[in-house]
Amino acid sequence: MSQAKVPAWVNMALIPMLNILLAFLVSGLLILAIGENPVEAAGYLIYGAFGYDEGVGYTLYYATNLIFTGLAVSVAFKGGLFNIGGEGQAYIGGLGVGLICLSLDHTMPFYVIAPLAIIGAAVFGAAWAYIPAYLQARRGSHIVITTIMFNFIASSLMVYLIVNWLKEDGRMAPNSRTFEENAWLPYLHEILSPLGIEIGDSPLNLAFIWALLCCVFVWGLVWHTRWGYQLRTLGTNPTAARYAGIDTAKVTIWAMLISGGLAGFVGLNEIMGVNHSLLLNFTAGYGFAGIAVALMGRNHPIGIILAAMLFGALYQGGAELAFEIPTITPEIVVVIQGLVILFSGALEHMFKDRIEGFFIRRAVA
Amino acid sequence: MTKKTMPYAIELRDISKRFGAVQANKDICLHVAKGTIHGIIGENGAGKSTLMSIIYGFYEADTGHIEVDGQRVDIRNSEGAIQAGIGMVHQHFMLVETFSVLENVMLGAEGGALLKNGIGAARIELQRLAQEYSLDIDVDAIVEDLPVGLQQRVEILKALYRGARILILDEPTGVLTPQEADHLFRILHALKEQGVTVLLITHKLREIMASTDNVSVMRQGEMVAHRETAHTTKEELAELMVGKKVRLTVNKDEANPSQVLLSAKHLSQFDSQGVKRLKDVSLELRAGEILGIAGVSGNGQSELLNVLSGITLMDEGEIDFAGQVINAKAPKDAAQMRDLKMAHVPEDRHKMGLVTGFEAYEAAILGYHNSDAYNGKVLMNRKAMLDECNTRMADWDVRPPNPHLKTANFSGGNQQKIVIAREVEQNPDVLLIGQPTRGVDIGAIENIHEQIVKLRDAGKAILLVSVELDEIMALSDRILVMFDGAVVGELDAKDADERTLGLMMANAFNEEQSGGQTASAEATGAHV
Repeated sequence: MSQAKVPAWVNMALIPMLNILLAFLVSGLLILAIGENPVEAAGYLIYGAFGYDEGVGYTLYYATNLIFTGLAVSVAFKGGLFNIGGEGQAYIGGLGVGLICLSLDHTMPFYVIAPLAIIGAAVFGAAWAYIPAYLQARRGSHIVITTIMFNFIASSLMVYLIVNWLKEDGRMAPNSRTFEENAWLPYLHEILSPLGIEIGDSPLNLAFIWALLCCVFVWGLVWHTRWGYQLRTLGTNPTAARYAGIDTAKVTIWAMLISGGLAGFVGLNEIMGVNHSLLLNFTAGYGFAGIAVALMGRNHPIGIILAAMLFGALYQGGAELAFEIPTITPEIVVVIQGLVILFSGALEHMFKDRIEGFFIRRAVA
Repeated sequence: MTKKTMPYAIELRDISKRFGAVQANKDICLHVAKGTIHGIIGENGAGKSTLMSIIYGFYEADTGHIEVDGQRVDIRNSEGAIQAGIGMVHQHFMLVETFSVLENVMLGAEGGALLKNGIGAARIELQRLAQEYSLDIDVDAIVEDLPVGLQQRVEILKALYRGARILILDEPTGVLTPQEADHLFRILHALKEQGVTVLLITHKLREIMASTDNVSVMRQGEMVAHRETAHTTKEELAELMVGKKVRLTVNKDEANPSQVLLSAKHLSQFDSQGVKRLKDVSLELRAGEILGIAGVSGNGQSELLNVLSGITLMDEGEIDFAGQVINAKAPKDAAQMRDLKMAHVPEDRHKMGLVTGFEAYEAAILGYHNSDAYNGKVLMNRKAMLDECNTRMADWDVRPPNPHLKTANFSGGNQQKIVIAREVEQNPDVLLIGQPTRGVDIGAIENIHEQIVKLRDAGKAILLVSVELDEIMALSDRILVMFDGAVVGELDAKDADERTLGLMMANAFNEEQSGGQTASAEATGAHV
């Protein structure tokens, strides 16, 4: 008398699609309310995100950050941990990248700097996650509270470091000096043009490829290693984990270290790939958006890539929309993004029972 | 069947219910005469719970309908059931433990936004009910302070308070001592005298024989037989349940215990609130012997299993096992105990023994996931895991034999087979096994019992914890009785009978003896 089978595609595709459609429907009503044409607005949004090379490049560039933070949230979540600290871990991960680049760009070639920057991002991000992880595993402090607080600490720490130590002398802007070009991650349009493939100029850079590799890494780690087995056991049934002799504190700490390291890779994309200097607030909320991405992507790498692309498209298409229709301000675009998060994250179960019930009845009939 | 002239309290007509491919109930017809106790018996997965859920409005039947007092009723939820005069006492009580009895009974029937008026009325009504049905209880007691038997009484009062004339009890004696169970049946008889109709769902043949007027047998979703209890026998019912002859005893030779494989000395353990849950327990497990631990659930058996298997750390005492001394200063965790060849079938397979969200082949290696057999250099060897799972499913007759099915979707008996196969196939020296047949159907029980005896005969030491006295008496070679965290008695299985064990389990053995009552002479082996 186990529950009846609902086809997998219903849960994986149909329900998320319905949720997104509903979010767009409500957005459409909103746009009607401010006196604009929702169909026209949707056209701009889609064209902006996917209609031309540069737009696609921007969409994927935004998606890169979201893949990193989405993966970070999902690895912790597989172990039953709610890591809200992606924002701070990404910020500190960027510090790691920046320090490597600033200290080596005069002396070392790119192929030495790049792997060290990757390690720097991972180590700094992981270190920032370690303290909440330790407190949760060994002292019982709740990880949600500590990771949120560590976002604020990261923010303050970065202001202090950049303003007092890393700012370029004689300048007002709170930035470090610009790195030498051998510490820049190459743009994809630069890599592809010698091969005869021309794509439009965009900030899309090598970090995107690294993000895809990270998806493969997470997939293998979580579903195909014994550590992943322990992680999933802990996440679904902590009592069974203790029964199985799994060192739950150790698994908890490692899950957070990996989560923090993945979040830290945002720094590769932003600091080394696009800004080429260490600056304030480059994380711009990607750490939080990663929670929605992971939720919507069902904590699976494939789902996370798709969800990250959707949110990337909203960022990029939304910017286009705000540009083309001035009455739709950037704030309205944020509202649309919020609606998508609301309907696909917070309200994801709204239709679930009814749709599943429909398929169960159909299977019975 | 009962006389045709009697009005039926409840009638089911051609009830069918499917869940996907599973036909849980098929054309069920049932007539329950007013003012009788009607037993429904069947294996796990026979469809009893589904049927009761349909009566109580948790599920809607695909076809068929229900009549109460000859009137067709349409029950869509539990309120509908209550309106139709049907009350249900669940196996796991639905009580708010920190509320008083009165507050629990009122819950959902508060009679207005302010409690003041409702409380007075409820108190008067409760006293009337308690008197009428001789259900004595202190209405101001806090539920969590009450023993389990009284908590169950609160559930019954709750149903009666809502005007139930038909009372459904789902496996009501699972958590009770034999004495408490006897008391329950006296209450049910009193209810019957007052014209209440009782539907008793159980898998215990003894209770059916002792307390019901009629009995209906379910098998594989169908109602296969109706009998007047007076005109049937345990053996016939058991046969109807499983569709073949089963023996209710275990075939085993005299035990031949040899060397001590594990010895526990003065084990004590405190819970997080500082309450001593395990009190100075000492025991020896010998090769070739099954040591049974009898006791009402919650008297330290779980703590004992957890301490022995390394899941929790003892606070005092030590364990000598496999040449190692294990104590609070030199602890071993569950993985290390496994390495020393101890296997553990936990009491609660859902909470502890399995990860119900995992596919079967993944759950089938829990605890042994670090073994080389399942691992390559970096990645796990999925093929090895699947191959082994397929073999075991065939050997242990796990149904359906699909390693990719989610563990949650197997029936209780098949889940238990997955767990026991996993632990036994490791060929352990010591097997700890808790409630091996809880929620398992008779056919599978037999199979599991045989495997346990086989392991004993292979010279392994087995510690069996069970709340089923039948099981303890049938399987064990030696029996320890636990009460309130301590071992209160030890006796040879040959000398054990239900009455003695029941008294020991309630820690009343001595009192009865000193009270001049004639306790059975065999119980002299007990030292308290």
